[in-house]
Amino acid sequence: MHSTPEEKISIELEVNGQPVQAEVEPRMLLSDFLRHRLELTGTHVGCEHGVCGACTVLLNGDPVRSCLLFAVQADGQKITTVEGLAPPDGRLHPLQEAFREAHALQCGYCTPGFLLSLIPFLEENPDPSEADIRQALSGNLCRCTGYLNIIKAVRLAAQRMRAGR
Amino acid sequence: MAKLIGESVKRVEDLRFITGRGQYTDDLVLPNMTYASIVRSPYAHARIKSVDTSRAQAAPGVVAVFTGKDIADSGVSGVPCGWQVNFKNGDTMKEPPHPILAVDKVRYVGDAVAVVIAETRQQAKDAAELVEVDYEVLDAVVDVRKAIQPGAPVVHEEAPNNICFDWELGDKAKTDAAFQQAAHVTRLELVNQRLIPNAIEPRSAIGDYNPATDKYTLYTSSQNPHVIRLLMCAFVLGIPEHKVRVVSPDVGGGFGSKIFHYIEEALVTWCAGRLGRPVKWTAERSESFMTDAHGRDHYTVAEMAFDQDGKITGLRVNTLANLGAYLSTFAPAIPTYLYGTLLQGLYTTPAIHVDVTAVFTNTTPVDAYRGAGRPEATYLLERLVETAARELGVDPAELRKKNFIPPFDGVNQPGYQTQVALQYDSGNYHGVLEKLLEVADYQGLRKQQEELRKQGRYLGIGFSTYIEACGIAPSAVVGALGARAGLYEAAQVRVQPTGKVTVYVGSHAHGQGHETTFAQIVADRLGLNLEDVEVIHGDTESVPFGMGTYGSRSLAVGGSAIARSLDKILEKGRKIAAHLLEAAEEDLEFEDGKWTVRGTDRSISFGEVALAAYVPHNYPEGLEPGLEFTAFYDPANFTFPFGAHLAVVEVDPETGKVKLLKYVAVDDVGNVINPMIVDGQVHGGLAQGIGQALLEGAVYDESGQLISGTFMDYALPRADDLPEFVVDRQVTPCPHNPLGVKGAGETGTIGSTPAVVNAVVDALSPFGVRDLQMPLTPERVWRAIQQAKTA
Repeated sequence: MHSTPEEKISIELEVNGQPVQAEVEPRMLLSDFLRHRLELTGTHVGCEHGVCGACTVLLNGDPVRSCLLFAVQADGQKITTVEGLAPPDGRLHPLQEAFREAHALQCGYCTPGFLLSLIPFLEENPDPSEADIRQALSGNLCRCTGYLNIIKAVRLAAQRMRAGR
Repeated sequence: MAKLIGESVKRVEDLRFITGRGQYTDDLVLPNMTYASIVRSPYAHARIKSVDTSRAQAAPGVVAVFTGKDIADSGVSGVPCGWQVNFKNGDTMKEPPHPILAVDKVRYVGDAVAVVIAETRQQAKDAAELVEVDYEVLDAVVDVRKAIQPGAPVVHEEAPNNICFDWELGDKAKTDAAFQQAAHVTRLELVNQRLIPNAIEPRSAIGDYNPATDKYTLYTSSQNPHVIRLLMCAFVLGIPEHKVRVVSPDVGGGFGSKIFHYIEEALVTWCAGRLGRPVKWTAERSESFMTDAHGRDHYTVAEMAFDQDGKITGLRVNTLANLGAYLSTFAPAIPTYLYGTLLQGLYTTPAIHVDVTAVFTNTTPVDAYRGAGRPEATYLLERLVETAARELGVDPAELRKKNFIPPFDGVNQPGYQTQVALQYDSGNYHGVLEKLLEVADYQGLRKQQEELRKQGRYLGIGFSTYIEACGIAPSAVVGALGARAGLYEAAQVRVQPTGKVTVYVGSHAHGQGHETTFAQIVADRLGLNLEDVEVIHGDTESVPFGMGTYGSRSLAVGGSAIARSLDKILEKGRKIAAHLLEAAEEDLEFEDGKWTVRGTDRSISFGEVALAAYVPHNYPEGLEPGLEFTAFYDPANFTFPFGAHLAVVEVDPETGKVKLLKYVAVDDVGNVINPMIVDGQVHGGLAQGIGQALLEGAVYDESGQLISGTFMDYALPRADDLPEFVVDRQVTPCPHNPLGVKGAGETGTIGSTPAVVNAVVDALSPFGVRDLQMPLTPERVWRAIQQAKTA
């Protein structure tokens, strides 16, 4: 059990629109792969047991906990991290913009996970109620904000995304 | 020029955080870096018979394995305690060593025994499992009430009965007399349960050593890099301070838990020196649960005496405070000078006595956690007052008003001298409570409560009115009270030749938005735009010696240091301006970023003066070129924010489930620089205080295993646990600092816990429930109802 280094496996995936090819140990977590191999350190690890949500990324558009997936499971898939949210021209995603305006972040550590959990939520729920938003947020832990301003940011983003449609 | 002080300016730090470009310690990668994994004790109390590292040494990728003996043999000491409290009889507190790695005994689950350093994190973890430690398991003690009994397991031989110190404050004889004459006495037995801070960023530290310059660098997720450097250099590693640089980059939340000098910081620095390669350690969440200093953990018996008119005549408090297995950096100060001194609360109580016994147990060390001593003081006061109101049959708001200290501004009326050493700076306690009653529609809520009770629904309303001492602290005062440090703050304002400004501050931000708030102060005062000011913090190589961020001190102490530096900048600038305008200094006035000769249109801008200071062709004779100043600000007194909070809950008696329906907070934190940021601080504080009341609690079993060691077992508040907060303010400026500010980081935590518990007890009062112990889980509430029904 105490591991001799195992054989490495070759994976190919798309990360933030760019093709990536790598050799990884089967046990390497997707979160470690993104952070340490690709140096996409915007994905944060808060608990390694899938509870805090800080490491949330999109797998083919769906939010997943990257600490609960192995890098090999992302073979052939499309991953989006916080670094891939804003288009290259420097504009921000409406939710990023709203987080800043509503003071929805303090230390910033949990923020990428919140953004990536909420973007698919907003796409499916363009006009969410406060209860819907609290429910959607309840899979992510924030120790700084008390969540109130995150809820405000989601509302603000929803409003603007509806207007922009 | 726009006025910036008092404006909800959007934070300048946000852009990097929302785009994933923040830089936390674990994000840093140094060339040739190695990774450390720490072997930790699985037992709460055991003798180390032997440590065999041979298999680990031989494992793939392993660079080195070190044990406690290796460290001790190199002459390195343990981590020090920064605050000394003496026994009542004058003896020094028991201060057993806290070695970096345990040598002969482990004293809590998580105590570090060995470190494995390897080429990758995975290899280090694999090899750490191969270190074989032979333990002789000893009986453990986790509960303070048991730890002081004769025959209890002894955590440290040098501390008989596990007592670190006993301590008292106030007038015992006068207090006992007040109780003898009392018309009514309210007594409560209170467990202020142990909490685990759980900043979402786990602690992380990287040690680096450059043999060519003989210099060390420590990157660490800390709230106070200078204090870490001082303690580590002078007391632990014996490295000259000027040969060590400590950097705290972006830090993902602290709440007190990142104040302290932890063994891992000294360990990676020592290892880097040994190996000549950088060594990184990052806590896993399970290590955070086990080894980040915990908070609270008091067992208290508290009594309040009243006369026939409902005036409080005495307060008597006995507390057993759990310090855990070792003394953390500021541990002795928390249940003493940050607790006993706050027992006056907002009331005119003429006789107070508090007795504290601080106790070692086989648990994680306990130290400051958001509020630190002040929540414990407020909890007991506010639970007592509200319980008394129920017993006396009077409205809890009225009972408070009857006992409040009358308003005083600290300028025209003197500060208020308490029975427990402190002098309050300024206060208007009636003001915040009246405002709360109005904002919350208290009368309406009571009516609603009455109507719902008729329908068999149990609404509860609970108050809390609090005061805290923050802006710590006057150095001479805290020195007299045992602090082994000064508690001033430093700031340097460096005006660049083009008139742009860089501000170097000794305080440290880990979510508080200093880069914005401090820039507001500077830009407002100098008449610049916000983007013309850059705030630098967290690097001992560039910022002046600062004491860091905790105790809601950054604005009151650090902000005041900035204000003092700005005074000096403007004083020198005026000399240069007078020279350039060929006018007398006293004829100049500074406004909107320029000096104007009074009564004329002749003026010169701040930028022109800055340029002249660095290109001094036409310049006052004898004046030094350049325009930068440093100020060290040592406050004249603590600051005393206060407030009144109200919680409304509904309890389902069938399940015991508490639903928090409404929360209203009216706080007075003095002047406010950025209302948006202050509101955010209050929101976060409320969530943590409510978390203590309803959800959070560290649980050890009898053998000292931490049962609540994951987020599955330790309930942090989630979005769907909390209501919308209504946050309002009153402003009573602090009379003794240049900004008139008091501090806002801890108010929410201090105020909210008793308000919520009071509300639940109020909801259950028809059943005859008088008291409940936190956290108020459905099971506890349900059991309390059943018990009251059968009683």
